Amino acid sequence: MRSDQLSCREIFERLSEYIDGELDAKLCECLDEHLQDCEPCLRFIATLRKTVELCRESGTEVLNESLFSPEEITAFKAAYEQAARKLLAQPGGVQ
Amino acid sequence: MEAELIASLNKMKAGEAGAFERFFALVEKRILTFGLKVCGHVEDAKDIMQETLLSAFKALPNLEFKDAKALNVWLYKVAKNACLMMRRKSAYQPEQELSLDQFMPGKGSEGAPIEIADWSALPDELLLKNELKEIVRRATLSLPQQYRLVLVLRDMEQLSTKEVAEVLDISEQNVKIRLHRARLLLRQELERHLTARQSATHH
Repeated sequence: MRSDQLSCREIFERLSEYIDGELDAKLCECLDEHLQDCEPCLRFIATLRKTVELCRESGTEVLNESLFSPEEITAFKAAYEQAARKLLAQPGGVQ
Repeated sequence: MEAELIASLNKMKAGEAGAFERFFALVEKRILTFGLKVCGHVEDAKDIMQETLLSAFKALPNLEFKDAKALNVWLYKVAKNACLMMRRKSAYQPEQELSLDQFMPGKGSEGAPIEIADWSALPDELLLKNELKEIVRRATLSLPQQYRLVLVLRDMEQLSTKEVAEVLDISEQNVKIRLHRARLLLRQELERHLTARQSATHH
């Protein structure tokens, strides 16, 4: 990794902010300039982006059905109703 | 989904029939999968869901949320506290700091350019996809918890930097620092796996 005005370490430290679009404009400009002719940095950023993409993908997996039995859900409901009654009974509770 | 969550909460508070079950299903969708990503085991994730709901019930009937996002952040916060409680009860990895330098590509030999493999354009095959998902899952679980929570909330649950800061009670700057290190570790693990895979197919 080459360094221009910014040191490699400084650039390396801000790469996530850069790919998230959260880097301030001035630093972003410096980084863009550096990236114009730094092949290793470009590859590093491409693979870091891919890493984030894979994380997002594995985050979108959803549950198809509940892992709790109907009896368990009924027990949760009873716990909720009990907690709500208790709160309502307190002075200042929601009427 | 957030709007639906707050609507079902209000219906539940009003005592509408079926509203509790709807609210439960929506909370389970996010909190159980969150717990699974943070803890890795279904039983632990169910415990986190249970702790989250029981704590939430103690406050929920009296709370008003200014918007759906606020409710979402609040729920993750309760879930995060449940995760931390669980951690104290079991033998997870010790908390440790990840340093930036451990992920920085080496300088190579004197004056030589650093070689970085570009594996960003991966073939879209199912087998590889599933393999990589497994690498991501395992690498996430190997992260010290303070980094893991940030990565799961920001990159997997896709909360904003500001929301993650609120859930974890840390500064936005700190979220960014932890997130970057967590991503670097995942990147390193993916690279290691893909390089090994490549050399295996070449021999």
